[in-house]
Amino acid sequence: MRMDRRNFLKLAGTAAATALTETPARASETSDAPGDPYGCLVDLTVCVGCRKCELACNQVNELPEPREPFDDKLVLDRKRRPTPEAFTVVNRYYTGKLDERNRLVPTYVKVQCMHCQDPGCASACIVGALTKEDNGAVHYDVSKCIGCRYCMVACPFQIPKYEYHDPLTPRVRKCTFCFERIGKEGGKPGCASICPVEAIAFGKRGQLLELARRRIQEDPGRYVDRIYGEKEVGGTSWLYLSGEPFEALGFQDLPHRPIPRLTETIQHGLFAYMWAPVTLFGILGGAMWYNSRDKAGQGSPEKEDKES
Amino acid sequence: MTYDHQEEGERLMSAHAHVKPAPVSVPFWTPGTMVLAAFMLAGGVFVLGRFIGGIGAVANLDQSHPWGLWIAIDVATGVALAAGGFTTGALAHIFGGHKYEPVVRPALLTAMLGYTLVPMALLIDIGRSWAIWHPMIYWQGNSVLFEVAMCVMIYTHVLYIEFLPVVVERFKGKVNLPGPLAALNGPVDGLLHIADGVLGKVMWVFVIGAVVLSCMHQSGLGSLMLIAPTKVHPLWYTPILPLLFLTSAIAVGFPMVIFENGLASSSLPLEDEQDLLASLSRYTIFLLGLYMALKLGDMLVRGTYVYLFDGTAQSNAFLVEVFLGVVLPWLLLLAPAVRRSRRGLFIAASLVIGGVVLNRINVFLTAYQAPYAETSYFPSVGEMAITAGFIALLMFLYRFLVVWLPVLQPKTEEVSS
Repeated sequence: MRMDRRNFLKLAGTAAATALTETPARASETSDAPGDPYGCLVDLTVCVGCRKCELACNQVNELPEPREPFDDKLVLDRKRRPTPEAFTVVNRYYTGKLDERNRLVPTYVKVQCMHCQDPGCASACIVGALTKEDNGAVHYDVSKCIGCRYCMVACPFQIPKYEYHDPLTPRVRKCTFCFERIGKEGGKPGCASICPVEAIAFGKRGQLLELARRRIQEDPGRYVDRIYGEKEVGGTSWLYLSGEPFEALGFQDLPHRPIPRLTETIQHGLFAYMWAPVTLFGILGGAMWYNSRDKAGQGSPEKEDKES
Repeated sequence: MTYDHQEEGERLMSAHAHVKPAPVSVPFWTPGTMVLAAFMLAGGVFVLGRFIGGIGAVANLDQSHPWGLWIAIDVATGVALAAGGFTTGALAHIFGGHKYEPVVRPALLTAMLGYTLVPMALLIDIGRSWAIWHPMIYWQGNSVLFEVAMCVMIYTHVLYIEFLPVVVERFKGKVNLPGPLAALNGPVDGLLHIADGVLGKVMWVFVIGAVVLSCMHQSGLGSLMLIAPTKVHPLWYTPILPLLFLTSAIAVGFPMVIFENGLASSSLPLEDEQDLLASLSRYTIFLLGLYMALKLGDMLVRGTYVYLFDGTAQSNAFLVEVFLGVVLPWLLLLAPAVRRSRRGLFIAASLVIGGVVLNRINVFLTAYQAPYAETSYFPSVGEMAITAGFIALLMFLYRFLVVWLPVLQPKTEEVSS
C-alpha cells in the first residue's frame, strides 16, 4: 500500500513538474514565425464599405456566386462572418461618432484570416496541413487534411470554416492570402489590388508597421494610438489602423502571447528525447521488479489487506 | 533484471490459475441484447445519413462549434472511462496487488472495446474519414492531437496484445475450425502454443507500456483545449489541465470496475466479488482525493472561485461537476459503511464516473465559448443516436465476449479454493 502511494505520487509529481516547466526561453525556440513576411495594413478610416474586396476575393478564389450581389449594401445591415464560400466580409459599425450635420458616421471593417505570425491553427493541425509560410501566408494543404477541425478550435479569430455538407471530401476554407499571386513579382492579394480607395496597403510587415506608426504620428487626431495585429497573439501579418476604439468594431482584446505557447511548451517539455515516458517506464519497471522480488521466496500470493 | 522480468511474466500468465475465469454460460440473445441491437440499428441509420449528406446533415456542429458530443463523449469520455484497463493492470501486475487479479480481465476487456470504438467514432466525426491514416506519415510534433492519436493507436494494439492470453487460453489445444478450414487446425494450434510461450516472457513490457502510453494520452487529452486560451472558460482553463485529466482518469479507473461489476452481475450469474471491490475502493479515496486537491487547489491558486456563483451555465456546471462528481463521492467513500454496502459502493462509484463524464463534457463543450457564435451548441438527435449506438455496441460486444471467452468468474456449484 505504501509502495503504491509513493509510486503514484512520483508519477503525479513527474507530470506536475513537467507540466509547469513553462520557461519563456524554451518556448521562444519553438516559434516558427518568419522574419520578413508580407502583410496587409487596413486603414479603417479610409474604407468606404464598397465590398469590392469581397468581389475580388470571390473571383480570385473562384468561389460560388453569392445570393446577394456584391453591390448590394443591404447585407451590411447585419454582422457577417466569413463562410466556406466567402473568405472575406465587410461589416458596418456605428460607434456613435457624428459628422458635422449630426448624422451617425459608419465605420467599415473587413474581416479575413489574420495570418498570425505564430498561428494556433498550424500548431494544432494533426498532420501539418496548415503551415506558416515564409511569405507570411498561413497555407492550407487539402491533400494532407483529415478533417478533424482542431484548427477551428484553435483559431482565436474564429476564421477557418468547414464544408459540413460534403460527405466525403469537405475542406477547411479560409483566406489564402492569395498565396499564388503574392508569390509572383509585384503580385498583390486580390482585395488589396481592387480597393478603389487604397484602404489596404500590401507590403513587408516591418515596413507596414513603420507606415502605420507614421500615419498615427502625422495625424494623431485621426487615429487611436494602436496598431491592431502588431502584438495581438504574438503578431499577425494583417494589421489594422482605426479612428475608433477597436473593441467597438468587433475586434477582441487578445493576449500578446502566441496562442500555441502553452501547449508547445508542455509537449516539447515532456517529449524532448522522450525523457518523461522513458523515466516513467523505468520507475514502473523498478516497482514491478521490487514487488515481484518481494514475494519470490514465499508462495503466498498477497498480504491480506483488512477492510478498515 | 531480464530474468526477473521473465519470471514475473510467467507468473502473470499463471496468476489466474487459482481464480478460474471462464465463459459465462448464458444465452446470448435476451431482451436486453435485442434492445442494444435496436439502439445500434438506430445509430447506424444516422451514420448512413452522415455519409450521404455530410456531417452537417445529422449533427448540430457549425462554424462556431467544430467539436461536439462525438468528441466530448465518444472520444474524450470514452478514453477516460477506459482507464480501468491500465489502472487495474498497474495495481495487480506492477504494484503487487495480485489479489485483484479477478477484476483485471473484465477491466481489460472494457478498455479494449472502448479503445476499439474510439477510431470508429472518429471515422464518423472527421470530415475525410478515408484519410484517417494520414497522421502516420505526416508527423506534426507541435500538435497535441498528433501525440494523442499516436498514443491511442499504439495503446489500442497494446490492449489487444494484453488480451491475447485470454484467447490463447480459450482455444489452445481446442482449435476446431469449421468445414474445409479444419485442415488449418494444426497450424493454428501451433501458433497459439508459440504465442502462449512468447507472451509470457514479453508481457511485462506491454503491462508497463500500457501505463506509460495511458499517462501520455490521458494527459494529452487535457492539453488539447489549452490551444484555445481565449475561448475556454477560466474555471477550466489551467496549465495543469493535463495533470487534472491524468489524475481524474486514474481516479475513475477503479470506480469503473465497481460500476461494471455491478452491471454485469445484475444480468449474469457471477461469483460475488463485493469484498474485493470494497477493498479496491479504498485506493479511490486516495486517488480521487488527489484529483480533488489538485482541482480545488488550482481554483484557489488561480483565484477562479470568483466565477463560482455567477449563475451562468458554466459556473453551475462547474459546481455540479465538483460537488456532486468529486466531493460527495469522496466523502461517501470515506465511510466504511458505504464501502461495505453493495448499493452504497455502486452509488459512490457512479457519482465518480458521472463527475468525470461531466468534466469532459464541460471542458470540451460547456467551457468552449466561441467569440462570434450566434447560437449555442446542443447535440442533435442524430448525434445522440450515434453516441447511444456506440455505447450499445460496446455493451453488446462485452456480452458477446464474456459468454465466449474466459473473462469473468461465473458462479460455480463445486467450490474450490
